[in-house]
Amino acid sequence: MWRKFKRNRAALFGGILILIYLVTALLAPIIFPGSPSAPNLIRSLERPSIEHPLGTDELGRSILGRIIYGSRVSLLIAIGVVFVGLLVGVPLGLISGYYGGKVDFGIQRVTDTLLAFPGFLLALALVAVLGVGLKNTIISVGISMMPIYIRLVRGCTLSVREQTYVEAARAVGSRDVTILLRHILPNVMIPIIIQTSLGMGTAILFAAGLGFLGIGVQPPMPEWGAMLGSGRVYLFHAPHVATFPGIAIFLAVLGFNLSGDGLRDILDPRFKL
Amino acid sequence: MKQDALLSINNLRTRFHTYEGVVTAVDGIGLEVYRGETLGVVGESGCGKSVTALSILRLLASPPAEIQGTILFEGVNLLDLSQDHIREIRGNAISMIFQEPMTSLNPVLTIGEQISEAIKLHQGVTRQEALRKAVEMLKLVQIPSPDIRAQEYPHKLSGGMRQRAMIAMALSCHPRLLLADEPTTALDVTIQAQIVDLMLRLKEEFDTSIVLITHNLGLIAGMAKRVVVMYTGKVVEEAPVEDLFREPLHPYTQGLLESIPWIGRKLRTGRRQLQEIPGIVPNPLEMPEGCRFHPRCPRVMDICHKEEPPLVQSEGGRRVLCWLWA
Repeated sequence: MWRKFKRNRAALFGGILILIYLVTALLAPIIFPGSPSAPNLIRSLERPSIEHPLGTDELGRSILGRIIYGSRVSLLIAIGVVFVGLLVGVPLGLISGYYGGKVDFGIQRVTDTLLAFPGFLLALALVAVLGVGLKNTIISVGISMMPIYIRLVRGCTLSVREQTYVEAARAVGSRDVTILLRHILPNVMIPIIIQTSLGMGTAILFAAGLGFLGIGVQPPMPEWGAMLGSGRVYLFHAPHVATFPGIAIFLAVLGFNLSGDGLRDILDPRFKL
Repeated sequence: MKQDALLSINNLRTRFHTYEGVVTAVDGIGLEVYRGETLGVVGESGCGKSVTALSILRLLASPPAEIQGTILFEGVNLLDLSQDHIREIRGNAISMIFQEPMTSLNPVLTIGEQISEAIKLHQGVTRQEALRKAVEMLKLVQIPSPDIRAQEYPHKLSGGMRQRAMIAMALSCHPRLLLADEPTTALDVTIQAQIVDLMLRLKEEFDTSIVLITHNLGLIAGMAKRVVVMYTGKVVEEAPVEDLFREPLHPYTQGLLESIPWIGRKLRTGRRQLQEIPGIVPNPLEMPEGCRFHPRCPRVMDICHKEEPPLVQSEGGRRVLCWLWA
């Protein structure tokens, strides 16, 4: 599998991007000593220089430093969001698909309702209810992405549950829980993995959108969307303030999407030649 | 004879509620399986053979399925049992082999894991012990190097090997009754023979009764002692295997036997051609009035159009559902 991943250039590129972000996030204090949040007003809005390779923002903080520390926030959000989505979506999808009937009807109508809102709007509304901050951003975006997982897992479960081996498992007396966890879940894992990778990209984008609007992660915590939002004001005489965080978001989302697509090509047998 | 019945089905009726109407897949059948015997169940596709087997283990989702009647297994009505109790019976006292060996094994679990699942479940042994027993079962069904095979995934095994593994799984808890639903249909003829031999040998070894569901009359002749012929959800004929092949009573059974090629056999009609049964199985939503076989029957009489035939008992444990013998 690793061999195929390497041969798929787009996926490899995406994987390398994710890896770079991951290393950056883990080693942030080593790569950038000093605080990313301490203001230094004398040096505000400086253009890129040797000392501050990507320039400084309106409070004189190094943009590179904030992007580096921001990768921690963004990856945390991406992982958190997908975790929330999986934690709720996978069990509900399994139950909905396996039992069918009234249970399925109930879960699916709730899912329909959630899907009726454009995802971002839903996240926005949830933040309005829950309040701003890192934790609430994760929960809001997570809930707004949950229906995708429910639908995906339900669909796969529906097809797997009709397989003879599921019937055979019931015929030897296995319990529903055993059948769901041992026989069905591993067989729907691949689409879940693919959706997880794609979902992380979307999650970063959503969180950045909330940050841009000022209702996501709150300052002084460095977050790409918020940086973009505050840099917007200086777009004409200090374009670097908004541009570099934008590029950071772009590359991160690109990385997750490319590797997600690559994983699908590699793992999904329907695309195999 | 009666007291020996391991399984006794009475007036079993399985219906499915569909959008187009109610389909009665099994329509009031009755049959008995005695200890240590092999009962053959034959019939065309859609005659209710498989549904009968699935009804016995209550493996049909309900709704849409609705099961009525009684299924006595060792004197206990399986249809009255709670979910927990029927689960204890599945794979333990009664187990099942399916038609499709290629899809009846889970591709993400090793052979050993799958066989040991039933053992763990019903014998309450540890994982290691269950795996050891699984390997033993694999050896018993003559899979070469069983300890290595147990650690492999199903895709590495051929169809015949997989069916052996399925048999190992079904017999791992020494069931009293084995429901074999077309166990050899998907296999090569030479492999079929091996599987049949294997099943017969293991049946003796474990003293298991078998309900053999098939449309393969050759298989029935080789394995079964008694035969039940089903048509559109009803038992139309029941007879000891020799009697059935020597002298089939029901026109449907006669048609079935005439439609098999038989080297050196004189055809009943004197023609050189193989006979078929004209027409097709009726739509289960629009069953014909009277006898359900009358539109296809070569010996149809007036009464067959109007009234359902009675079940005629005759000597030697034979039963036939036909006006000809009434």
